[in-house]
Order: sequence, then C-alpha cells, then structure tokens
Amino acid sequence: MKAHTKGNFHQTAAPLLFLLPNILIFATFIIIPAIQGLRMSFTEWGVFTEPRFIGLANFSELLGDEVFWKTFSNTLVYSLFTVSLIMVYALMLAMLLHKNSLKGEKLFRSLFYIPSLLSMITVGIAWRFILGDEMGIINYLLRTMGGDGVRWLTDSKLAMVSIITVSIWAQAGYYMVILIAGLQAIPTELYEAATIDGSSAPRTFVSITLPLLRSTLLVVLVLATIASFKAYELIAVMTKGGPGYATKFIVQQVYQVAFLEDRLGYASAMSIVLMIIISLFTVVQFKVSGKEKSYE
Amino acid sequence: MNKKKTLSILQYALLVLLALSTLLPVLWVVLSSFKPQSELFRVPLTFIPKDWTIQNYQSSLRAGNFPVYFSNTVFVAVVSTALTVLINLMAGYALAKYIFKGRDVIFTIMIATLMIPLQVIMIPIFLQLKNLGMLNSLWGIIIPPAATPTGVFLARQYLVTLPNSLIEAARIDGAREHTIFFRLIVPMSKPIVATIAIFSFMWRWNDYLWPLIVITDNRKQTIQQALANFVGQLQINWSDLLAMTTIAIIPVIVVFLAFQRFFFSGIAAGSVKG
Repeated sequence: MKAHTKGNFHQTAAPLLFLLPNILIFATFIIIPAIQGLRMSFTEWGVFTEPRFIGLANFSELLGDEVFWKTFSNTLVYSLFTVSLIMVYALMLAMLLHKNSLKGEKLFRSLFYIPSLLSMITVGIAWRFILGDEMGIINYLLRTMGGDGVRWLTDSKLAMVSIITVSIWAQAGYYMVILIAGLQAIPTELYEAATIDGSSAPRTFVSITLPLLRSTLLVVLVLATIASFKAYELIAVMTKGGPGYATKFIVQQVYQVAFLEDRLGYASAMSIVLMIIISLFTVVQFKVSGKEKSYE
Repeated sequence: MNKKKTLSILQYALLVLLALSTLLPVLWVVLSSFKPQSELFRVPLTFIPKDWTIQNYQSSLRAGNFPVYFSNTVFVAVVSTALTVLINLMAGYALAKYIFKGRDVIFTIMIATLMIPLQVIMIPIFLQLKNLGMLNSLWGIIIPPAATPTGVFLARQYLVTLPNSLIEAARIDGAREHTIFFRLIVPMSKPIVATIAIFSFMWRWNDYLWPLIVITDNRKQTIQQALANFVGQLQINWSDLLAMTTIAIIPVIVVFLAFQRFFFSGIAAGSVKG
C-alpha cells in the first residue's frame, strides 16, 4: 500500500485536516480542562475570586473531611453490590438467552434490554412513583396483603438497598448483551466434546464457560464499576443523597462543594481522587481488550 | 429428552417472571399517565386506567415551557448526532487510511481520554465554557462532547477493513482527498454511520449532566433537566410528570424498535474498548 506519496500536499495535509475538529475538541474540552483541574486542586478558588496557590492544603483537608469519606464509602458500598449483583444477574440472563435455540429468545433479549434505553432521570422518576411511602404501588400492595408500608427511600438503610436494586434493574440488560456476544464467541465444538465426555452442565459451566468468558466478564466488571463511580442522576432524582448523607456519592459531593459552596479548588481535589479510581479501572480495561486482540 | 423438556419449561417460567419484573415498572408509569388525576391514587388502585384520558398530556404540553424543552432536546440530539457522525468518521478515516507521523500517538491519546469522563472535570469544563462564552447556549451542550473516543474507535475499526485499492483507483482518476471521503467513503460506511448515529442520539436524548453544567437559563433546558427539576419540587404533580416522562421515553423506544439490529452488534463492538 502506498497511501502516502511524498511531495503530494493534498495527501499530507488531508489526514490532519480530517482529524482537526476532533483534535480541537479533545484538546479544548478534555485535555486542557484535565490539566486545569489538576492545577486547581492546589489552589483556593471561587467563581468570582482569583485563584491562590495553597500547595497540598486541599488534600490534607480532604483526609480529615468526614462528609467526603462518607460519600466515598457510600460510593464503594454502592459499587460493590451493584457491580457484583449485575454480573450475576446479567450472566444468568445471558446463559438463558445465548443459544438461539429457545423460542422467543430474541424477544426476551429485547425486553430485558428496554430499561437500558431509558435515561437515569426517567428511571428514577418511575421508581420514585412506584416506591412512594404513601401512594406507591409496592406499599399499596403490601398493605392490601395485610402488611405495613415500607419506607423504601426515606429509611437510611433501605434507601441504599432501593438505589442498588433500581441500578441493577436499569443496567443488567446492557451487560447481558455484552455477555451474550462473549458466550456466542465460544466455539461450540468445545461444548460438544464436553457432552460426549459426559460432563454435567454445572461442570461444563465451571470448566469451559467461565474460563473462556473470563475476558468478557472482566470487561463487564470494569465498565460496570466505572459506571457506578460516575453515578449521579438516579440519586439526584430518587433520594437527593438522603436521608441525611445515606445515599450521597462522590459526584454529588463534588457538585455541591463546587457549585453550591463555591469552593472550586477543594472540589477539584475531590475530583482528582475520583479520576485516579476511574483511571485505574480504565487501564485494566485497556489491558484486557489488548489481550483480546491477540486471540483474533 | 424428558429432562430437557422440564428444564425448558422451568427456564420459560423464570424468563417470563423476570421479563415481567423488567417491564411492569415501565408499563405502570405509561398506563398511569393516561389516568385522570382523580384516579391516579384512588384506592383500590387500577392497573389499566378506568377512564382513559389524554388530559395529562394536554396540560403538560400547555403548562410552562415543556414544548420549548422538547424542541431544545430535539435540536441538541439531532445536531449533535450529525456532528458526531461527521467528525468521528473523518477522524476514523484519517487514522485508518493514511500513514503519517504521530498517527498512533494521536489514536492512543484519543482512546486514553476515556479515563477522563465529564464527572471528573465538571469544574474546569464549566470554567472553560464560561471563558468561551458557551454557557447557556445549546452549542455548549452540542460541541464539547461531539468528539467521542468510542466513535473514533468504531469508525477506524470499520474503515480499516475497506480495500485500499478503491481509494488508490479514485486517486489515479484524479479525485481530490475530500471528494474521496464524501463520495466514496461515506456511502460505503452506512452500517457504522448508523451505529454511531443511533448511540449518539440515544445518549444525547438521555443526557443530563452536560445540560446541567452548561444551562441555567430556564428556556434553554432539555427534557431531562426539566424532568429532574419537576421531581425536585415539594409538591409533585404526578399526573403531569408521568405524562412528560412518557413523552421523554417514546423517542428512544421508537429508535430502538426501528434499528434493533444495530443496537446489539454496536454494544458488542463498542464494549471491546468502552
């Protein structure tokens, strides 16, 4: 191939011109802000005040900031439960729906995918309507069956459980699709051989399916974890972080400290912590998908 | 044989049960939006509305700025999608079909920006938009997220597979580079254009965080923003809210039903690198 001929101005300039809009946008709205954010984390800064360099003071304040660490641990708890339960549930759905042999399989796949189409705002509104203390349908059904209403969103422990459950409901279908693609990439001969050898279904699952699905599972793990650390909308609509700080996550806290308390420098220091976590998981994802390539 | 049959009946039962728990919440919202206000919370609750009505839709369309929010969102989603498809396909083409210095570095940096989602640079982005005078402008929502690492990645992966001989032949015939792109490459890229367009449209329609940061002016808001504000009020008018929520859901469901086959293949391809 000789795509690039020396001395031909058009062919030399063309790729750069094709790349120009993207490069400009990436530079202006990601790379420069990211550097700016890092610099800001070492300053004291409000929207209407001049930045003042204060070294690591923001970070040392962060170490002792109970509210921040509360939102940090909330995010971890949310992430841990949401991600692990999504993986189990999505894998179960994918196992049931990947063979193209069950009648109505495509229809089921589409049905399970529907919640993933909805914005987190509409998901949050739907579930707030359903889980309402007084007028929600779930509590109505509990009461007609002789039970008591449950404070799904206003009890500090249950609120987290509700948020996690709704997150799983909203996202499992998306990860199911990725896992189905992973399962369908496993050569069928392996399963045939296992059947001939008289391997039981659970045995086949543990010794063939899981090991060969490992990299897909890892991709799902990373994507779901990153998504969980970015969570914002659902909580904004369903609980506003409450009751108290029970369901307040890092992104909420960054938004509040930056835009409501006007402490841009300090909020930037919090963002750096979030960025480090997300970067670590992204690097893992690159490693995994890099390996994936070598199989092709 | 017998064992297999019972297994599949059990599988069906399980799938039907799970499918119901997946769908009923959505149906409950949509059906409730067609109930008159007096029926919405009347005990005993009814699943199917007794008196079907579209008055909630009429009143939410009349009330306040909802039509404005709707047209803002249509504008943002459509223009953003066109822009995203164009610039990402251009970038993907440059990275797939030209050899030049720094190409791999540029590609790596673009993909690496996945590590820096909006959530971690909200504050500097806000200041950047303020400096550029893009706050409270729909272009402030449209332009900054238009270049996407996933879009570039998908476009490049697709275009690499197109034969170079076609491009060479066009060059020998004297075609200029931009003519080759618009006349030859774009028409051959329909599947990947469709995939990028669909996901871009869905994301932009559903997005909340970008509008939240860029827009404070009430008349520039998008539907998702309006819904979030509506639900933040002390006294929620659920009848209107459910109608607006249903209106916000309809476009994404329609796009899904119309382009279903692109969804699943797109997710599978995109998930490899986010």
